[in-house]
Amino acid sequence: MEHELETTLTVNGTTLRRRIQARQHLVDFLREELGLTGSHIGCEHGVCGACTVRVDGQIVRGCLMLAVQANGCQVETIEGLSDSGELATLQKAFHERNALQCGFCTPGMLMAARDLQIRNPKASRDEIRAHLAGNYCRCTGYQAIIDAVEEVLHGKS
Amino acid sequence: MGKAELPLHAPGTQVDRGYIGQSVPRANAQRLLQGRGAFTDDLRFPRLAHAVFFRSPYAHANVKRLEFKQALRAPGVIGVFDGRAVAEYCTPWVAVLAHLKGIKSPPQHAIAIERACWQGEAVAVVVAESRSEAEDAAALIEAEWEELPAVVDMEEALAGKTVIHPDLGDNVCFKREHDTGGVDEAFAQADVVVEETYHFGRHTGVCLEGRAILADYNAAEHSLTVYHATQAPHMMQDIFSRHLNIPEGNVRVIAKDVGGSFGIKVHVYADEMATAALSVMLRRPVKFVADRLESFVSDIHAREHRVKVRLACTRAGEILAFDLDDLTAIGPYSVYPRTSGIEGNQVVNLTGGPYKHQKYRARMNVVFTNKNVTCQYRAVGHPIAVALTEGIVDRAAAELKIDPAEFRRRNLIPDDAYPYTFPSGIKFEKLSHHQTLAKLLDLMDYKSLRAQQADFIKKGSYRGIGLAAMIEVTNPSPAFYGVGGARISAQDGATLRLEPTGMVTVLCSVTEQGQGTDAIFGQIAASAVGVTIDKVRVITGDTGVTPYGGGTWASRGAGIGGEAVLLAGRALRSNILDIAAAVLKMDKAELDLVGDQVVHRLTAGPKMPLAELGRIAYFRPDTLPLDFQSELTVTRHYTPRQYGFTFTNGIQASYVEVDPDTGFVKLLKHWCVEDCGTVINPMLVDEQIRGGVVQGIGAALYEECLYGPDGQLLNGNLADYLVPMSGEMPDIVCAHVETPTQQSQLGAKGVGEAGTAGAPGAVMNAINDALAPLGARVTQMPFTPERILKALRKV
Repeated sequence: MEHELETTLTVNGTTLRRRIQARQHLVDFLREELGLTGSHIGCEHGVCGACTVRVDGQIVRGCLMLAVQANGCQVETIEGLSDSGELATLQKAFHERNALQCGFCTPGMLMAARDLQIRNPKASRDEIRAHLAGNYCRCTGYQAIIDAVEEVLHGKS
Repeated sequence: MGKAELPLHAPGTQVDRGYIGQSVPRANAQRLLQGRGAFTDDLRFPRLAHAVFFRSPYAHANVKRLEFKQALRAPGVIGVFDGRAVAEYCTPWVAVLAHLKGIKSPPQHAIAIERACWQGEAVAVVVAESRSEAEDAAALIEAEWEELPAVVDMEEALAGKTVIHPDLGDNVCFKREHDTGGVDEAFAQADVVVEETYHFGRHTGVCLEGRAILADYNAAEHSLTVYHATQAPHMMQDIFSRHLNIPEGNVRVIAKDVGGSFGIKVHVYADEMATAALSVMLRRPVKFVADRLESFVSDIHAREHRVKVRLACTRAGEILAFDLDDLTAIGPYSVYPRTSGIEGNQVVNLTGGPYKHQKYRARMNVVFTNKNVTCQYRAVGHPIAVALTEGIVDRAAAELKIDPAEFRRRNLIPDDAYPYTFPSGIKFEKLSHHQTLAKLLDLMDYKSLRAQQADFIKKGSYRGIGLAAMIEVTNPSPAFYGVGGARISAQDGATLRLEPTGMVTVLCSVTEQGQGTDAIFGQIAASAVGVTIDKVRVITGDTGVTPYGGGTWASRGAGIGGEAVLLAGRALRSNILDIAAAVLKMDKAELDLVGDQVVHRLTAGPKMPLAELGRIAYFRPDTLPLDFQSELTVTRHYTPRQYGFTFTNGIQASYVEVDPDTGFVKLLKHWCVEDCGTVINPMLVDEQIRGGVVQGIGAALYEECLYGPDGQLLNGNLADYLVPMSGEMPDIVCAHVETPTQQSQLGAKGVGEAGTAGAPGAVMNAINDALAPLGARVTQMPFTPERILKALRKV
């Protein structure tokens, strides 16, 4: 009764071929099958943003995309972007400003922040707030996150 | 790292200069930033089984029949169990405390037997090889229900026409009355009496990480290791031990990274107890992680109060008395082991808290209903007490046409009046209301802001300014729980060990939930011992290795755990200098320990690197005098005892704009000035306040668990239950007054709940200030656009 599909995808630069249950969400595949537990599951209905990953250059909710839909795609997670150094500047600013507390939302938040940095590197403070509004943080009250992203975009201290 | 002026006040604390008072970034944030933390759901175990609960769809119903046949045949299923089966392994509990006189609650089982008392209460559990297989099988359970009348409204619960637990006689869990005497006389003499009723919505914590537990029973040892997203590992060790009948020493509770807690993860949850019992029953590791939908119907809720308050005042603006009547509903069970009587109790303790009136009367009822249970969530009772106090104070000020800031100034307890006993019986060691008020008014440029507000109103923009003064319970003594019989530690311990290379390992019983506990313990340890902070490693959250202690709740981590670290650090430093004196054949008094070096106290000239001292002490003790034994691991404990609680104080202000056409509230800015005593890490303190303020704003504007008349939760998902998002939140300006507590050497008081305590009241007063020119007023939280438009008589 389980439908499985032969799927080929590239995760953090490594190409994998797996039989994947058709119903399995991308974030569950990353966590359960690949052990990439940095992408977190906060709501499983596409609201909180904790499972945000990058697929072919677009940030997506890992809980709203099926793993088999990533067939032929490049998938990038917090682990991959940490190792490549792509997030280093943002991570440094988040660290120095304590733009995280429990850290559960942080991988998704960094993915969204990096997306803004690529698409709108001159974003204003209001635009930063708007862009990150799809990522819930229950600990910080957001201000330190906004400050950190603003610092990275504008070199403000 | 520069060295700031030392905020430590204790005599002879020169050695503690350094990192205290510095905004040192958290070392343990690095792994979280790379997604390399270890939250409970990230752990991988061989033979791990997954538990999924079958929950009642009704608010109140008898379970006539449960049929597991189909479910048991589903792929991957290991077992399906009802309440009776699990009860063989886990005894029920009753959540009462002796010092809450008369509190009552029925026994609660790990899985409900025969009857479900709220929508979401588990009545069966499936264990399977994977979570998805367990979910599939749970959908195959057949249940036959007999619906019972649901008590949903708290006034009806109090009236008691339908009694939820007939054995208890009525629906009243707990009631308290308090009267200083002279209240009626004060109201009779008053020039002005104001009265209002406030409603506080039921809301919940929404930790981004759902509740999570992985229980691993070892049948050979009859031992249980529990990986648990919890705030109180030792409390849970005791509870698993007693209810699963495993010797305390055989139970180890490990809290690795925890994804937000806010009080949600400090309680005993039936489904978590069932998970531990299943591990014992099945002799293998079992995991349960609450998904978001079941979090809404099973994580504790909080608040839901209806409070009528009256205030008596003279024409000159002197408050004479408060008269309070609070009603609160807690669901069908008092929550174990802290009880659900505490929030109402706090409302009685704290109402009117900042002010110097002498007459006070309070009546409070805590009632059972057929909704999800409520219990202690961040700032327990404070948001209610602060908002109703500050709301009615604003009413009195308006009646007398006195500016709200000036009215508060006239009534706040003077800064030189301490120690002070408040009419509710609580004692304040030393507060700084007038300093914080003055600082706030300066910080927000109150006069200019009032002028700006007047200009905007002339232009038809309805802006409002709201103030909320507050007091806050922190550093609780055993008076909070221990005296009532709860096995919850009010003391905490810290062990410090010098490693051979000169590094220092800190083990402390307070836990880290992201608030920065590990970081500040590192700062305190480095400062007290005399090492650089990169040499310190901190371990928390493991009953197998840390000293015994209470964990994290009631803003106690820094004040209690921090003091234990300080005391242990000083003792370790002294022991290190004993060794140095023996090696160097010098008098100990001539030596000091600074920046990883033993130095000459007077010349500051280096005498020996700490790494060399470690090498000798551990590997060449044969070179030390025959009668000398080095002690490079020390443990110290601390319990606050002089006062029941170390109260703090503060004041917040909110600046908003209300759109009278849409009812939307725009938050323009928010300020908070508070006094948490010694500030150990200013950045972390400010971030605690900001995060807390935003949770308080959530309560004021967005968050409410809405129930239908049949007791069904109507908005139990993140799309329909609104939490604050970055787009709507204002910038929050923080400042501090430092009045260190004299009870400890460190002088730190708590700060984790201050933001949540004061923000709802400040926002409410700001909205009502904005609505005042339109003749409207709101008193029911959250202040949704609909409620504001109703107040404006537009819908």
